[in-house]
Amino acid sequence: MKKRLLQFFHKMEPKKGTLGHTLFDGFFTFAFSPNHTTKGGVHIRDGMDLKRTMVHVVLALQLCYVFGTYNIGHQHYVALGMHTGLFDGFHLKLIYGLIQMLPIFVVTHVVGLGIEFYYAWKKGHGIEEGFLVSGALIPLIMPPDIPMWILALSVAFAVWIGKEAFGGTGMNILNVALLARVFVFFAYPTYISGDEVWVSGLASTGAGSAADYGWIHMSVFNPLFEGLGWSTFDAAATVVDGYTGATPLSLAFQGGWEAVTNTYTSSQMLWGTIPGSIGETSKPFILAGALFLLVTGIASWRIMLSMFLGAVTMSLLLNAWGATPFMEVPWYYQFYMGSFFFAMAFMATDPVTASSTNIGKWFYGFLIGFVGMIVRVLNPAYPEGWMLAILFMNVFAPLIDHYVLESNMNRRAKRAKARVQA
Amino acid sequence: MKVRVNQSILIAGLLLSSTPLLAQTETSGGSYVVYILLAIAVIIFLGLIIQVSDNLLAIEARQSGADKSSANFGVFPRLNEIFPKKLPKYVDNNRSVILKKGYDILLEGGANEVIEETEITTFAVQPPNFIGLSPIPKLLVEIGDDVKAGDPIFFDKKVPEIKYCSPVSGEVIAVNRGEKRAITEVVILADKEMKYRSYDAIDLDKASREELVNYLLESGAWPLIRQRPFNVVADFNETPRDIFITTFDSAPLSPNLNLVVEGKGEDFQKGLDVLNMLTEGKVYLGLNGNGEEAPSSVFTEASGVELQWFIGKHPAGNVGVQIHNTDPIVGTDKVWTLGVQDVITLGKLFTEQQFNAERVVAVVGAELERPKYIKTYIGAKVGDLIKDNLSNDHVRMVSGDVLSGKSKSQDQFLDIFDDQLTVLEEGDYYEMFGWLLPFKARPSISRTFPNFLFPGLNFKADTNMHGEKRAFVVTGQYESVLPMDIYVQHLMKNIIVNDLERMEGLGINELVEEDIALCEFVCTSKQPLQQILREGLDLMREQG
Repeated sequence: MKKRLLQFFHKMEPKKGTLGHTLFDGFFTFAFSPNHTTKGGVHIRDGMDLKRTMVHVVLALQLCYVFGTYNIGHQHYVALGMHTGLFDGFHLKLIYGLIQMLPIFVVTHVVGLGIEFYYAWKKGHGIEEGFLVSGALIPLIMPPDIPMWILALSVAFAVWIGKEAFGGTGMNILNVALLARVFVFFAYPTYISGDEVWVSGLASTGAGSAADYGWIHMSVFNPLFEGLGWSTFDAAATVVDGYTGATPLSLAFQGGWEAVTNTYTSSQMLWGTIPGSIGETSKPFILAGALFLLVTGIASWRIMLSMFLGAVTMSLLLNAWGATPFMEVPWYYQFYMGSFFFAMAFMATDPVTASSTNIGKWFYGFLIGFVGMIVRVLNPAYPEGWMLAILFMNVFAPLIDHYVLESNMNRRAKRAKARVQA
Repeated sequence: MKVRVNQSILIAGLLLSSTPLLAQTETSGGSYVVYILLAIAVIIFLGLIIQVSDNLLAIEARQSGADKSSANFGVFPRLNEIFPKKLPKYVDNNRSVILKKGYDILLEGGANEVIEETEITTFAVQPPNFIGLSPIPKLLVEIGDDVKAGDPIFFDKKVPEIKYCSPVSGEVIAVNRGEKRAITEVVILADKEMKYRSYDAIDLDKASREELVNYLLESGAWPLIRQRPFNVVADFNETPRDIFITTFDSAPLSPNLNLVVEGKGEDFQKGLDVLNMLTEGKVYLGLNGNGEEAPSSVFTEASGVELQWFIGKHPAGNVGVQIHNTDPIVGTDKVWTLGVQDVITLGKLFTEQQFNAERVVAVVGAELERPKYIKTYIGAKVGDLIKDNLSNDHVRMVSGDVLSGKSKSQDQFLDIFDDQLTVLEEGDYYEMFGWLLPFKARPSISRTFPNFLFPGLNFKADTNMHGEKRAFVVTGQYESVLPMDIYVQHLMKNIIVNDLERMEGLGINELVEEDIALCEFVCTSKQPLQQILREGLDLMREQG
């Protein structure tokens, strides 16, 4: 069976140096670990490779995917005041979520992988796995209604300018997924900030504005659901009175913790049944992924722990200062809001852009937590701080490493000096 | 470093103590957060005072010379003093180093602990074994010449004083050449009865160091001494700072040296005495503190040397790791290293007045029917060592261990410094979704494999790469298995860009290939670290 399959594949193999061969190689090495053997150096190799490393991060994200997709639909119906229980209208929410999510996922991968494949072909190396993770992260950090052309532009920018221009996987300075998001953030801010964008499928979040369905809802799924006798998408539905679509963070900025709890309960915020970027709302599912990464040893516990400590420290300081209602939000409530855990588990721990020394990781993580909390609480223009804090510290990571290495070199130089004196 | 830590604590303390002041301007006041912060500030302040005085105490101790590296002169107990690791009884606590980092690769095919004698007829002296030797040394013999064990075979035209000699007596039957006519092997067909070259006896008690050095150079035993940095043949114009010998090998399937030295205690001790005359520093013996039983008394009762116990996983047995954790190589330091069997050969030169290149070699690996120890001589033919013992044709033979050994064909010979021949299966197979769902167990430090649940499991490893080469992505991985204060990944990057100053600063002189072999094994990106390191070392050597 395996032999036949291999023969079949080898028969299909295109000529070397063509784009076809690069693609073939990419898919072939995906299906089969190559038969390369060690040459020179060690004769046996650890079973771990980059594909396995990357795929474990993707696996850790799966719960966020499932919940994020469902939550798109759930938030849509909460805004319309229909099926407000989490599991009411399950099929509608799931299908609605999938209809939003799948195009985002597909466009991200087509654009990102397309650029990766092109560069692999032009540079004559194998297709590298870096985009496996970036491509899985990008859909989760976008608002559910992101227009496809903006998504395509941002992914292209991130992969092209952020990664390939620096030499490909392992060479980039900035986190690719966050670079895609920050591109949208600065180039098309109205699509990714404010209270309007976090709930999908509404003309606006004002009361009375209508739900916005496409032909796929109305003419594909509605007849299907009708046939099954289930409830259907209702084009006449309108947003309920008093609904704002505001995220907890923007509420906290206006009126502190009290304003937040007037709209959302803490268990809602914990489980993530709130508006937000697609994959970042549900804390337990994110923490499950984080735990998976820690147990398998793929993500750095140093970065996660120190980032948490940094955020706690800064929120304590802000509590002590207490000049605005947001500053007075107790430090432990800060973690109920926003995307701290997603940033901690999946963004800050990217080994390529993080500090590469173990001591450096402590500083790197701590400063992300510290700076991110400042941006979140003190800056009125940016509702959440982790994206900017991580990108900021990505730039500083080489500097941190530089000083760690300098101190290592100094230790050695001091030993030499002591030897000369003795 | 500590001063800087203190500075940062001070600044943090000042910052913290300023915030409560700000907070107290509030009318409500009495917020418990403020009190907590105040308490933290007080604790930090007190801690600071104690920390500073503690450091002063330690500095004072060091300056007065009372501080030995193992002693603790601070006020606080160290963590390992509160929770002492249970060391085996035989280990001297004051001379032990516990190495926490490392990984033992457990493989199938360990040798049965009985030494056998097999008839091996062909041996070779191989110039490429000696790093830094010219590719075409000056040959002193021709094909058809008869040589005795200890007769010089060739010398390097740049350093004519060092003679490289024959390990056995017999007839020179071939001089094999490689690229650009470089001599790769001088092959000798051994006599049935070994004949030894006779030496004039030298009186060790009266001889000066210079006389001893000349005697060793002339006798042909000198090339057994290797010099760090670079792992080259020792420079006889140098007096080494110290000499290091490791008495255990922690690499996969490595021979048990306790077995090897059985009955050779006198020769070993003589060798140590000779080495003691060559250095003004110390001769260090690295001892294995891992086993249930103490190592051989030949090692533990050796006299005139510093005994140093090492407890930890591979690479704890590597001499480079032991040097680093005893007294690291810095600046222009030169230290010499020898293997246990090299020391015995050196000793026999004085106890028996003959160049006895006898070696006990472990022939190991899962592809052998009977893994065993074989008594032979330096440079034995690989084909002879594994005769009638292979259970599989599709194998790779490695002179040395699987991490840092050299691949050999059946017609080639064991390298001079190797006392191990490992046979393992070639892994040139495709594996369906091998990166995702591996069907065969394989050694790995990654916890994405269930290996960590079966700590005592022996693996049947093969030579498959288990992936493709990639750029450096994962960080902290090399450092997690190397018990040295060296940033391997950054060193490698600096070697790749030929930054000599940083290479030296980051400690390239403390490393040779075998030390980072384990790092290369664990590398997720499948980078050839040993090759990169050797390129860096060659560059450093060229630049002087």
